[in-house]
Amino acid sequence: MSKMNLTLKIWRQASANAPGAMETYPLADVSEHMSFLEMLDVLNEKLIKEGKEPVEFDYDCREGICGTCGLVINGVAHGPRKLTATCQLHMREFKNGDTITIEPWRANAFPVIKDLVVDRTAFDRIVAKGGYVSVNTGSARDANETPIGKEDADKAFDAATCISCGACVAACPNASASLFVSAKVSQYTYLPQGHPERERRVLKMVSQMDDEGFGNCSNHGECEAVCPKGISIQNIAIMRREYVKAALKTGSAIV
Amino acid sequence: MTISNLKEGADLKGVQPDGPLAQKWDSYKAKAKVVNPANKRKYTVLVIGTGLAGASAAASLAELGYKVKAFCIQDSPRRAHSIAAQGGINAAKNYQNDGDSIWRLFYDTIKGGDYRSRESNVHRLAQVSVSIIDQCVAQGVPFARDYGGLLSNRSFGGSLVSRTFYARGQTGQQLLLGAYGAMMRQVDAGKVELLTHREMLDLVTVDGQAKGVIIRNLKTGEMESYAGDAVLLCTGGYGNVYYLSTNAMNSNVTAAWRCHRRGAYFANPCFTQIHPTCIPVSGDYQSKLTLMSESLRNDGRVWVPKTQELAARVRKGEVKPSDIAEEDRDYYLERRYPTFGNLVPRDVASRNAKYVCDEGRGVGESGLAVYLDFAEAINRLGMSVVKDRYDNLFEMYERITGENPYHTPMRIFPAVHYTMGGLWVDYNLMTTVPGLYALGEANFSDHGANRLGASALMQGLADGYFVIPYTIGDYLAGAKPVDIKDTDSAPFREARAGIEAQVQKLMNVKGTKTVTEFHRELGLKMWDYVGMSRSEAGLKQILTEIPKLREEFWQNVRIPGTENGWNKNLEFALRVADFLELGELMARDALVREESCGGHFREEYQTEDGEALRNDEKYAYAAAWEFTGNPSEPVLHKEQLEFENVQLAQRSYK
Ligand SMILES: Cc1cc2nc3c(=O)[nH]c(=O)nc-3n(C[C@H](O)[C@H](O)[C@H](O)COP(=O)(O)OP(=O)(O)OC[C@H]3O[C@@H](n4cnc5c(N)ncnc54)[C@H](O)[C@@H]3O)c2cc1C
Repeated sequence: MSKMNLTLKIWRQASANAPGAMETYPLADVSEHMSFLEMLDVLNEKLIKEGKEPVEFDYDCREGICGTCGLVINGVAHGPRKLTATCQLHMREFKNGDTITIEPWRANAFPVIKDLVVDRTAFDRIVAKGGYVSVNTGSARDANETPIGKEDADKAFDAATCISCGACVAACPNASASLFVSAKVSQYTYLPQGHPERERRVLKMVSQMDDEGFGNCSNHGECEAVCPKGISIQNIAIMRREYVKAALKTGSAIV
Repeated sequence: MTISNLKEGADLKGVQPDGPLAQKWDSYKAKAKVVNPANKRKYTVLVIGTGLAGASAAASLAELGYKVKAFCIQDSPRRAHSIAAQGGINAAKNYQNDGDSIWRLFYDTIKGGDYRSRESNVHRLAQVSVSIIDQCVAQGVPFARDYGGLLSNRSFGGSLVSRTFYARGQTGQQLLLGAYGAMMRQVDAGKVELLTHREMLDLVTVDGQAKGVIIRNLKTGEMESYAGDAVLLCTGGYGNVYYLSTNAMNSNVTAAWRCHRRGAYFANPCFTQIHPTCIPVSGDYQSKLTLMSESLRNDGRVWVPKTQELAARVRKGEVKPSDIAEEDRDYYLERRYPTFGNLVPRDVASRNAKYVCDEGRGVGESGLAVYLDFAEAINRLGMSVVKDRYDNLFEMYERITGENPYHTPMRIFPAVHYTMGGLWVDYNLMTTVPGLYALGEANFSDHGANRLGASALMQGLADGYFVIPYTIGDYLAGAKPVDIKDTDSAPFREARAGIEAQVQKLMNVKGTKTVTEFHRELGLKMWDYVGMSRSEAGLKQILTEIPKLREEFWQNVRIPGTENGWNKNLEFALRVADFLELGELMARDALVREESCGGHFREEYQTEDGEALRNDEKYAYAAAWEFTGNPSEPVLHKEQLEFENVQLAQRSYK
């Protein structure tokens, strides 16, 4: 098993309002089988033993599905491996002697809580404006009453796989949340259940996205490139179409 | 009784509605009290946890008009551990016309649980399973469909019909997003107040009834108090007591354990499920284990080298698995269980993997792995079929291990996956503390000694969407709404002071060992003695070791940083403190249960050919433990399980 010696350059920031800076940590004997986050665990255990403060970073499932983790590694959101969330990245992607820079998601709408941990509650506030079908518990009809063609079901699914990690925002030069919002809008555009609220949904979610301080989409495509779930920017085109249709129909962009 | 200091209390009896099994739930609903619609908004319900159970409960109760406050550890409710469930959710829809029915789902669940669950609860679960699928589809959950546009099903272990609904390998994610969306709609409507980055650290009781919670704000470190008319614990399972498990890193027992300390009985803590197909441990830095779906056993063949010598050479890398001749391989599941072969239930498959590794025939660097081989399937079905069925799993395996399962067999090993035990609840899902309910994996109610695949998602949503909305009304209709300003009263002040003191005490230890070191040490002990197979000697041994480790923890733990603001090590320290008490209770529960059933395998109680030997005469009960102030001296209360509708039988998979 090959072991690596690395130099880590990590963003340290004590709290939201404190100034931050990059600090350098050497780390020896890193196994290629470690996940990236396990490598940081090892660094933290070492720091604690030395009486220093560990580097705070966020994580939960470590299986690439909860969307909690997210680091900008060598300038790329989630690091060098395509279609891979930070927790699923393994150290065999690096080599002995590498210097690795590690930074948090950077966006006005995602303030830093500490070190590499950011606050992404803006996403929840956008979802609250329409990221659902309004149906009370108990009022549903039989599940097979409305057939949905497999193609549409599959497309809806592709959009629905978003894990809300925020890499799309971190990668976008404008810090736009368009990929995130459009994935939700598309899912319900493909499904008949979503149709009654189609116009309201897109208008309200887009308006909340703007209020949260996310930037505009100007077609850089960086979001798609870093998305660990491969959400397509086609969804943004769908969202735009839905938005224009809705705005024309209601006579205004604001409901 | 082999343990001398066992204290027993009075038997427990859950309220049971009248009538024959199939009519109990209807008869309950007909008689349950309801809160007048205009009064509902006067009641506040505190929902702790926003996984499938919590999010569905919060949404449904808010829709009814109750005021809801919902709390979770993560920054967003959608990150609850439910998000990671892969395989699917069961429901007795019988869309496949293959003979499924509510009765069959009920029966499979009771049998799968090795006859250690309560008939009435399980039957209700099977009944409402049907509405869950309707509800989720109406929400826009994109379940798999066939070309005709109708819903598609797959089969899971322990059942002869095809009743599992799924959304690729991401069923939990899609179901949770449905429930989360429903809850966020109520947030927008102002009926649910959402409090994320919050961890419940104590229950507040007034006159013995649950009336509030103490919460730590994980962003600021501040202690907050919330009063409510009922508290719903939807906080998931405690598999992380083993340190390594397939659970998310933040899954923990703290909320349940602190309620236990406040009077809620803890039932069947030793019933844990160990999943046979997980990616093995690769080093001592390992932080969690990754599940490889059970579906792989449909086509993969499990084997190890026939002899220890050959296995030793494999471990050193001198021989590659593909170079080992057929006659030098032992397909031990096919050999021992010719009927079920590689598809024996989870507990049987796990135990056998342990046996062959104990014999020195394990593979991988550590010797703690067996092969799951697809070479034969690729030959038989062709590469493209195997790709179609399993490509995403093979890819995940490759990402983690760096090995390609199309060319070399996967290495797998069992890992802790699910906890059947949890807070004891009655038919209403109420714990022994009035006003405190437990839903989802946090309770003990439906899975007995072993859970069937695809049944946890079903249970979480059943509890939240379709059970609690009825049973909570029956309780609240008889209670006066609390005064929200009560959080300044003595019970709240005292509870808050207690937790603040505990945090201070931990911060002041300033010892030399990290929280992770303690957690890992506890986990290893639990895995060795209260894991896949348990013995009287081993359990007695660990019962002497855990109290010592606990003592050392309180004298020598080192928590960096301060209690003000974000501090992951402090969060974990509070959880590990509780695991160190829970672990002891699990060992005691395992020691007292002198039989083997489901996931609980006692070496002394097995048939001649090594299968689990149940003892229905003495142990057909749920063990509900009462906290007495000393974690080493709990009192056992038994709920005798009455089987009026199914015949108890020995499981056989030969
Ligand atoms: C890898 C994996 C795959 C699985 N696949 C399947 C499957 O295919 N089918 C199936 O049926 N089951 C499956 N399961 C089991 C199933 O996912 C879980 O049992 C189920 O999702 C638990 O849901 P829950 O709502 O009870 O709890 P969870 O989803 O665990 O949610 C717990 C919630 O409680 C919160 N919480 C915990 N403690 C506190 C506290 N002290 N204060 C405040 N909040 C707290 C958390 O933040 C979280 O919101 C799988 C499990 C794993 C690990």
